[in-house]
Amino acid sequence: MNSRVEPNKSISASWKAKPLPIPASRNRKGKVIKGLIYTVLTLMAVVCFVPFLMMLINATRSNEAILTGFTLVPGTSLLENYRTMMEYVNIWNGFKNSLFISVLVTVLSGYFSALTAYGFAFYTFKGKNVLFVFMLVMMMVPGQLGLIGFYELSKTLGILDTYIPLIVPSIASPFVVFFLRQYVQTTLHPSLIESARIDGASEWRIFHTIGIPMMMPAVATMSIFTFIGSWNNYIMPLVLIFSPEKYTLPVLMGFLKGSQVAQNLGSMYLGIAISVVPIMIAFLFLSKYIINSISAGAIKE
Amino acid sequence: MKNLNKYGYFFIAPFWIVFLVFSIYPVALTFYYSFTNYSGTGSAVVVGLSNYKRLLTDNYFVDAFFNTWKIWGINFALQIGIALILAAIFSDMRMKMKGQAFFRAIFYLPNLITVSSVALLFGILLDWQHGSLNVVLMNLGFINDPIDWLNKPATAQISVSLILTWMWFGHSFIVIMAGISGISKDYYEAALIDGANRWQTLTKITLPLLKPILLYIMITSLIGGLQLFDLPMLLTDGIGSPDGSLNTMVLYLYNQAFKYNNYGYASAVAYGLFIITVIFSAIVFKSMYGNQRKQAGQV
Repeated sequence: MNSRVEPNKSISASWKAKPLPIPASRNRKGKVIKGLIYTVLTLMAVVCFVPFLMMLINATRSNEAILTGFTLVPGTSLLENYRTMMEYVNIWNGFKNSLFISVLVTVLSGYFSALTAYGFAFYTFKGKNVLFVFMLVMMMVPGQLGLIGFYELSKTLGILDTYIPLIVPSIASPFVVFFLRQYVQTTLHPSLIESARIDGASEWRIFHTIGIPMMMPAVATMSIFTFIGSWNNYIMPLVLIFSPEKYTLPVLMGFLKGSQVAQNLGSMYLGIAISVVPIMIAFLFLSKYIINSISAGAIKE
Repeated sequence: MKNLNKYGYFFIAPFWIVFLVFSIYPVALTFYYSFTNYSGTGSAVVVGLSNYKRLLTDNYFVDAFFNTWKIWGINFALQIGIALILAAIFSDMRMKMKGQAFFRAIFYLPNLITVSSVALLFGILLDWQHGSLNVVLMNLGFINDPIDWLNKPATAQISVSLILTWMWFGHSFIVIMAGISGISKDYYEAALIDGANRWQTLTKITLPLLKPILLYIMITSLIGGLQLFDLPMLLTDGIGSPDGSLNTMVLYLYNQAFKYNNYGYASAVAYGLFIITVIFSAIVFKSMYGNQRKQAGQV
């Protein structure tokens, strides 16, 4: 978002090559082409942003104004739209619910995946390799495959319409375990663990004081994916949660569409904007970090 | 020294208990249901393979299969095309493009937004009469009459494809750039000195060396694409309108199970989808790595 953000070093450093001789005749033509490319890139950036811009502007305009056309000038109906929306749907509640679930999911997935990865990496036990390969195979299975069984299981356990089936399964996140095991095997040398044992530290203590801090960078990388994944999860809460006051933000969005609010376009736009803007603000500060995580995640595959 | 390896079991135990209960058991239970006529209440009666037989002749499922492919295919071609062009531009040593971090961030932004918000937003932006998109396109003179985006099968599918492209090209661009950064710049310098043009550099160096990354993008995009649900669910009425053109396989699964209470049949749909995913992932994998082996053999 900020043009002065330092380019990702790992990616761009290799391109800061020493200047290569370029024939003078090609120089001017090159400049024209470059200018054209920048124009196209800027247009693309505008296209990427226009839907959000329309959303923000329309969120401040009244229903009648939106029906008559689109302008770039913000309207004056922001407060009115907000009141109309809040009459039917408490969007902040969905926000709170989503945040609660996503934070717990991220923490649980981070801690237990680190624990499991550590167990796989530094102990030898019977069936270790079989279990690890089995886990990798299950990693390929799409989430929808078990959806119906999962719903039935939750029904049997009496945990429908609670957050338990949305949160607890994150203790078992195969992909995070896989990623952390690869990471910890290359960064943490067994001799360090050995010397801690000689100093009399218990296994749990070693894990908590050496294992976790060593894995923290990789845990942080994975946490971004876990958080975004949980925050955006739609089908699971849609199937499992029935009470409107327990709805997560994505489900609440669907609810918004079917509610009275849909009659008032300004309020609709505002509701969507409220669900989108905090993410955009977070991205403004974290974009470099998030993008580097995507790069790291793809290369480690 | 006492044997500490039993701790290995302690450390992985929480994972496996939760994994068995919440991942493996549901998958197995769904498998069992796929051979029954379970309807959500009462007991499940085993009906053999009849759900799978029905699946093969179910026009709704077959249509959903092709819809999913059409929507994903158009999106993927555009997404990977745009991402590759962008990557070629930003990795070109002669051009020395600036502002990569800025463009990367802004191109990636749509990917971060909750899909249901995106669906709702485009649902009203694409509205035929009052949608801001038609209004703006008409004001700018690109079209004379408003386009009824979401009420005609062809435009509805293209709309979903384009929204997906909008959401994902930035992500592919980032991943491709990450892949390119792993390629030694010596290759490019050598190519430059040998007088290779941009096209040759792209097709003879970048693309072959990017194969693993392109494979990664293709497989993850394919698996994600075959599971397309949020967008078609929320963009129109939730059962695939207009004319069933936005009915995707997962949307069909969802509606069969939770709208019509055909749990048994929906379970078979889930396994059908799984088999399709495995087959196509294997084809993609084979076609990309099979070629490589052939080439290696020729040398």
